[in-house]
Amino acid sequence: MRVAVTTFLLAMAVGMPAWGATEDESRWHDLRESLFGDRQIHEESGVVSLEAPYRAHDAALVPITFEAAFPQTSERYVKSITLIVDENPLPMAGQFRFTEASGWAAISTRIRVNAYTHVRAVAETNDGQLHMAKRYVKASGGCSAPAGKDPEAALASLGKMKLRRFDPVLWGEPNNAQLLVSHPNHTGMQMDQVTRHYVLAYFIDSIEVRYGDQPVLAVESNFSLSENPAIRFHYVPDGPGELSVRVTDSDGAMFARAWSVPASVAKAPVGEEAAPVNPVQ
Amino acid sequence: MSHGMAQAVTGSTGSRSTLGTWALTACLWLAAVGVVLGAQSAGAAEAIQLKPVAQGIYVYTGPHTDASDSNLGAIGNVAIVIGEQSVALIDSGGSLEFGLQLRAALEELTDLPVSHVINTHVHPDHLLGNGAFAGPSVEFVGHRRLGAALAARAEFYLEAGARNVGPKFAGTTAIGPTLEVADSIHINLGGRVLRVTAHATAHTDNDLTVYDRRTRTLFAGDLLFVERLPVVDGSLKGWLAVMDELRAVPAVRVVPGHGPASVRWPSALHAQERYLQAVLRDVRIEIAAGGTIENAIGWVASEERTKWVRFAEDHPRNVTASFTELEWE
Repeated sequence: MRVAVTTFLLAMAVGMPAWGATEDESRWHDLRESLFGDRQIHEESGVVSLEAPYRAHDAALVPITFEAAFPQTSERYVKSITLIVDENPLPMAGQFRFTEASGWAAISTRIRVNAYTHVRAVAETNDGQLHMAKRYVKASGGCSAPAGKDPEAALASLGKMKLRRFDPVLWGEPNNAQLLVSHPNHTGMQMDQVTRHYVLAYFIDSIEVRYGDQPVLAVESNFSLSENPAIRFHYVPDGPGELSVRVTDSDGAMFARAWSVPASVAKAPVGEEAAPVNPVQ
Repeated sequence: MSHGMAQAVTGSTGSRSTLGTWALTACLWLAAVGVVLGAQSAGAAEAIQLKPVAQGIYVYTGPHTDASDSNLGAIGNVAIVIGEQSVALIDSGGSLEFGLQLRAALEELTDLPVSHVINTHVHPDHLLGNGAFAGPSVEFVGHRRLGAALAARAEFYLEAGARNVGPKFAGTTAIGPTLEVADSIHINLGGRVLRVTAHATAHTDNDLTVYDRRTRTLFAGDLLFVERLPVVDGSLKGWLAVMDELRAVPAVRVVPGHGPASVRWPSALHAQERYLQAVLRDVRIEIAAGGTIENAIGWVASEERTKWVRFAEDHPRNVTASFTELEWE
């Protein structure tokens, strides 16, 4: 209940932008100060890029990609990228933390957008500098749209996870994967007309991905991620091992799962053996 | 089947919180999927056209547009089935005003009372006219999941209706089922028995069909779109599976949820099946290639573009819904 109430207050406090507002930076000035203080933020400095549709087809499911311009190395890497949706009830949509084992600080996901807004990715590099990319997105109502096409099915699959890998595994290189987590990610802004109450906010608040015992990605987020959160990320497998995921939600539930890499048989390039090139020691 | 609680929800925002009002306002465009009405220039004096399609069966055909004041939100089809003792309505249009006009048109046809209003699913163009028929002797018949779906969406629909239809939307309420169907039931209108069947998740998670054995007429609700692009608000695979089941119904004609008053059965299924299968096939290809929703929208089922009304408006959302369903396969 406290979560829901908090959500309402935040929504009422910040959620009143003019319909069809112009590309207004005023909200950002406040957010910037509360999130980053007086630190300098380099804009469009080529360190981080952001892709988002100018006009979204579905405000509750807006595809978004943000990524560093360079791979993670011990000399130069991105420590975190903070995703900000200026006009959302919770503008801080998520923080994505990376390590050298991430290989590449690059994320694709789907978010809710509640009003015409700037979306921003602020990357912090290992030298402590902040770099920002931004895009303007025309979409509205993504947080208050009625939840779910099939609530019974959603309840039955709560916490189920799927990991998709797209290419034959490359040892020692950044590999692309996508994590799907079945979860309604209720915003707390959806009204149930029988009870006359809002459906309580109920969302994934953290996701941790490890390869072996090495952290790959840590996400802190909220209902800004769409229902059934989907996150594409990178990881660097040194050899066969286990990719493990731990998810917690706002009710304190924990979901965990692990997948072995390579699961079954990885396709080997023609002329090479299917066996791992760098067997684990 | 069980008797559910009647749920009446008023259209006024009354004591609704600032947040609720604002949230709904902001969300308006999402309702475009189902809320719009026709473009017949509608003087209140102009009676609703009811087309006879079989003995004792009349159909109002909704236009393939968005809900507006000229169509009173009634952009879906509505059917009237007249028995020897009473009348059943299959869907009720998109506003109280449309419901009242429909009732007036119905009273020109028969003196028999309406005993049942059967709502084929939750979308507002199919049930927001219910209020015109409410009374102690009328059962509102819906899928067992209709009540919950309506509860989750009613405020959203009422706000969108008020905005799209305007002042003529006044007094519109969202009335849920008093008679819930879990599997199937029979409704006796006197000399005429309707079979009402609840389906698994397809167009929505609360689809009903109605079959009149006497004239071999199937009322498909939005499980069948003709001319207007089908909208996936439930499950793509579920819908294809339900279509396979429906094919066995020994009807000679079908009244679709959108499209002409009546079309031949089962050949009427063909175009919709072709479109849904194309979406299924192409989205699976995109997913298998590691692709994205944005990319899928650009090419999936593009050969269908010229074959439907409202392809540009509704197809991207169908692809999005299908992608997020099929990526779990």
